[in-house]
Amino acid sequence: MVETGHFALVLAFALSLVQTFVPLFGARLNNQRLMAVGGPVAVTGFALTALSFAALASAYASSDFSVASVWENSHSLQPLIYKITGTWGNHEGSMLLWVLILTFFGALVAAFGSNLPATLRANVLAVQGAIGAAFFLFILATSNPFIRLNPAPIEGRDLNPILQDLGLAIHPPFLYLGYVGFSICFSFSVAALIEGRIDASWARWVRPWTLVAWMFLTGGIAMGSYWAYYELGWGGFWFWDPVENASFMPWLAGTALLHSAIVMEKRSALKIWTLLLAILTFSLSLLGTFLVRSGVLTSVHAFATDPTRGVFILCILTLFIGGSLALFALRASRLTAGGLFHPISREGALVLNNLFLTTATATVLVGTLYPLAVEAFSADKISVGAPFFNLTFGPLMVPLLLVVPFGPLLAWKRGDVFAVAQRLMVAFAAALLATLVTALFIDGASVFAALGVGLAVWLILGALTDLAVKSGVGNVAARIMVKRLLGLPRSVFGTAFAHLGLGLTTLGIVGTLCFGTEKILSMHAGETVELSGHTLRFVGLYPAQGPNYAEDRGRFELIGVSGSPVGEISSAKRFYPVRQMTTTESGIRTIGFSQLYISLGDEGKDGSVVVRLWWKPLVTLIWGGGLMMMAGAAMSLMDRRLRVGAPSRRRKQASAVTSAGLP
Amino acid sequence: MTRKQKRLSVIAGGLAFLGAATGLTFYALGQKASYFYMPVDLTTASVMPGQRIRLGGLVEKGTIQRGQGAMVGFSVTDTHKSVKVTYTGILPDLFREEQGVITEGTFGPDGVFVADSVLAKHDERYMPKEVADGLKAKGVWQESKSE
Repeated sequence: MVETGHFALVLAFALSLVQTFVPLFGARLNNQRLMAVGGPVAVTGFALTALSFAALASAYASSDFSVASVWENSHSLQPLIYKITGTWGNHEGSMLLWVLILTFFGALVAAFGSNLPATLRANVLAVQGAIGAAFFLFILATSNPFIRLNPAPIEGRDLNPILQDLGLAIHPPFLYLGYVGFSICFSFSVAALIEGRIDASWARWVRPWTLVAWMFLTGGIAMGSYWAYYELGWGGFWFWDPVENASFMPWLAGTALLHSAIVMEKRSALKIWTLLLAILTFSLSLLGTFLVRSGVLTSVHAFATDPTRGVFILCILTLFIGGSLALFALRASRLTAGGLFHPISREGALVLNNLFLTTATATVLVGTLYPLAVEAFSADKISVGAPFFNLTFGPLMVPLLLVVPFGPLLAWKRGDVFAVAQRLMVAFAAALLATLVTALFIDGASVFAALGVGLAVWLILGALTDLAVKSGVGNVAARIMVKRLLGLPRSVFGTAFAHLGLGLTTLGIVGTLCFGTEKILSMHAGETVELSGHTLRFVGLYPAQGPNYAEDRGRFELIGVSGSPVGEISSAKRFYPVRQMTTTESGIRTIGFSQLYISLGDEGKDGSVVVRLWWKPLVTLIWGGGLMMMAGAAMSLMDRRLRVGAPSRRRKQASAVTSAGLP
Repeated sequence: MTRKQKRLSVIAGGLAFLGAATGLTFYALGQKASYFYMPVDLTTASVMPGQRIRLGGLVEKGTIQRGQGAMVGFSVTDTHKSVKVTYTGILPDLFREEQGVITEGTFGPDGVFVADSVLAKHDERYMPKEVADGLKAKGVWQESKSE
């Protein structure tokens, strides 16, 4: 099975070369038969990669330690779920997942792209094939997951205990679906540059892909953040770690792309910019892959450091980023510019959004790469942490968030900012009220905290105002209003949901950072501690045995108002003997949108235990907002307008079914 | 507005943004980047009390002392020189004697380094990169330790 997987991988590499060159020449020669090769080859390549991945996963599931990668990252005593997720919990396997998703997206274009112009489709598949070829070669040459060991070891070296968590089942696949999803936008852009023209179908295709990629990337980042929050026991949700930034930069650029693609689709303006942004977004995804996989950064994500891998990815990076930008420089002037618009208009607002987001991306990029540059050119080693990003990223985000509610309410082409301001009066008044109430009635609230709460309320109500205005609240009878609301295009809901999610995340961040409390103390069994109105009693430490670890579980009781326990929270220190490694399992209890968070420290000589407690108000909203943004993207994807092929085959159907009756 | 004017205004707006962001970035990098030192570097470098730095090295054997509550004291060494560090909080799971560690904080007036964060290496296979490089540069690194 393992050799079958290895063979399938080599075959997939060969096919990716075919996919690169045959359709490309076909498009140049305008030869239909050569161009038609791309589709079946892309689908077959995906099938082979899937076979290869399945072979590796089955080696992991059956603990076949004759495979080096399995030996290094698995253990026979691990629960089955972690054996399987361990397939991508290491460098080799995660790269295989990367190409699996890449070929999957390529196959989707091949399968559903029948209504694309033939040459565009051929060129897109060719570019997609070229990216695939580079990464297949990378895997086969430097990171082959199928290398055998002889003699086979009896037992494996276990998966890094931090990764033995359900988070590993969700975070990397989602993140990669996002990262790699942008490759389609990239391929479409490069294909458009090769052809030297962008037509209507280009925009209709790129926007849904951006939405899909963005949706998964949002989920991947949110999941990663929550995972780090509960797994590391530090109680933080974002550390401005270079590896986090590596995923955050494509997200920021992707968000900009999402918005500029709207302008392009609706008004056929900003074509060249959208194209450049698509190239940059995927370039940042590649850069992220390089930063994380090359070992230039040390973190839990850098599974192994091997200089040849770093150099190889750097070459891929240079080839694709340099190549596509060079092509852009050569060909961009051939593309025709689009429609005109007044600066104060929906288009203008979206341009402003793009300016903010790309500048913010640039500051994150500088903060991430600056330490590497300094280290390369001098002996100094520096770190750029949260204070830097708070000072640069923060001031760029606040004005952006302030103007977000205006965008969707402005008209296309020429907007009236005063009319929009009038419509937002209610939201503005409520936000002002929230600011004042926070400042006056909540103890210990700083001016910043109060303004932060006001900003979040402004965003949330601003998003709802958009829906209210578009369904005619106040102007028409309630029955008609509901009918209008349900009749609104899905993409309007998508926008409102995503902006609402942004407001929720902001509220969660402000709540946690400004109103959270923390206590570090050493406790004996039976002692109680109070934190922000919650009383906790330390019951004691209890040893327990897991499948591949031993743990000391510290149990705490939450004492209610009556003095009797109303719930239990437990936090544990786990010891994994194979890797001689200890991890902390944090204890979390969710109360409303807030959480009590307990992290167990070391045991003292007198039997006391160091305990760190946090009260994190509204913290769940941080990730809840992320889910809301995903829901917004999903809503937009369901919009009738975006369904590819809708104009041709489904027109009759679509007019028969009202949008309210759609599933 | 003509197309040209529109384009110019977009470019001007973009440049203004970039300018503001660049200014902020340079200001922040000057203020907020923290430099990494090994204990022996501190004899030559001038680090003011109150200046934020990162201090890395090995946790010296036999120096870990638990103070009141959650306060811990230990020494960070590069085998040439060692520096006393105090930290209040929960030490990372991988914090052990003779293991690589990076602490971040400031020197107090008494010459004791008051750390507000302590990072230990993530797993058995490697040290924090800065510490490993620093130890290699000072000839203390033994390859056997890396395995």
